[in-house]
Amino acid sequence: MIIASKKPIEEIIQEVKDYKRLLILGCNECVTVCEAGGKKEVEVLASTLRMHFIKEGNEKKIEERTLERQCDHEYLEEIRGIVDNYDAILSLACGVGVQFTAEKYHSTPLLPGVNTCFLGANEQRGMWTERCQACGSCILARTGGICPISRCAKRVMNGPCGGSSKGKCEINKELDCAWQLIIDRLRDLGRLDDYEIVAPIKDWSTERAGGPRKVVREDVQV
Amino acid sequence: MRLKCPANFRIIRLPCTGKIDVIHILRAFEKGADGVYVVGCMEGDCHFKSGNFRARKRVEQAAKILDQIGVGGERVKMYNLSSGEGPLFAQYSIEMDNKIRELGPNPVKVALQAKKQAA
Ligand code: SF4
Ligand code: SF4
Repeated sequence: MIIASKKPIEEIIQEVKDYKRLLILGCNECVTVCEAGGKKEVEVLASTLRMHFIKEGNEKKIEERTLERQCDHEYLEEIRGIVDNYDAILSLACGVGVQFTAEKYHSTPLLPGVNTCFLGANEQRGMWTERCQACGSCILARTGGICPISRCAKRVMNGPCGGSSKGKCEINKELDCAWQLIIDRLRDLGRLDDYEIVAPIKDWSTERAGGPRKVVREDVQV
Repeated sequence: MRLKCPANFRIIRLPCTGKIDVIHILRAFEKGADGVYVVGCMEGDCHFKSGNFRARKRVEQAAKILDQIGVGGERVKMYNLSSGEGPLFAQYSIEMDNKIRELGPNPVKVALQAKKQAA
């Protein structure tokens, strides 16, 4: 899922302070699961901001709403009737949701309430780690199911590099060397022969390097 | 057991302190409470295993938020005691009452009252 983290309250206060009527808009998907922008976080942030601005003598109308998703037209349409009641929307969705909401409601200022971090997994309660950089051409079949693009600091395709030591990456002693993980897993799978195959030069045009991307599926279009 | 407690606090009963969320604490302040304290079972004695640990974390989160907006994180506190400790319950309520008197009223409430008077 997409992992986001909460923005510092000071930053949010700074962003919203000049708007009198504010809608805080949560999203029920990834940001709910990573506890950054779901209904609960919307409630807490709204209450915090209301109290702050009352205390400052700058009372605002701050209301709450959480949509099923902010990256789909149909759910975003649900707020069409109320958007004009607000001077700005503070969206707690990932960057995709914020932008899609902004595109739909062109004349309403949209502010991000979270920092969108990466595509990752919930490794343990309160800890999320990166697993994929959406390169657009997955090579996990060759690498024992471990992604060297997202998990190797240098994105080495035929690793490890010379900095791998005792299973850890040279950039940080806490960080597993992705290539050590790859080799260990290939060995456990009895597929070390795969490791001997030199990876071809990767086609990065499917990654961000090729510019903003698009997936078109005519088979599902109506 | 006839114990003296301050008369100015309201008890909100929960099935377990693990039920409490940050928003419940914040809402109390938004509605004008001067302080909130959560009384859970002894650590390690939670019937639901970790309810009181969760509560402690949430009390800490609420305290941090209240500090950030200048309401004051000291206005929330977590206590632990067993169900047989009535005298301690009374003592904690007195302790909290004293603490809040020291801190004065909730500034959010003060601001709202000032606004009402001006109107
Ligand atoms: S190889 Fe590409 S698509 Fe596959 S996990 Fe890594 S970054 Fe993601
Ligand atoms: S030590 Fe391992 S993970 Fe770190 S950069 Fe080198 S190959 Fe990549």
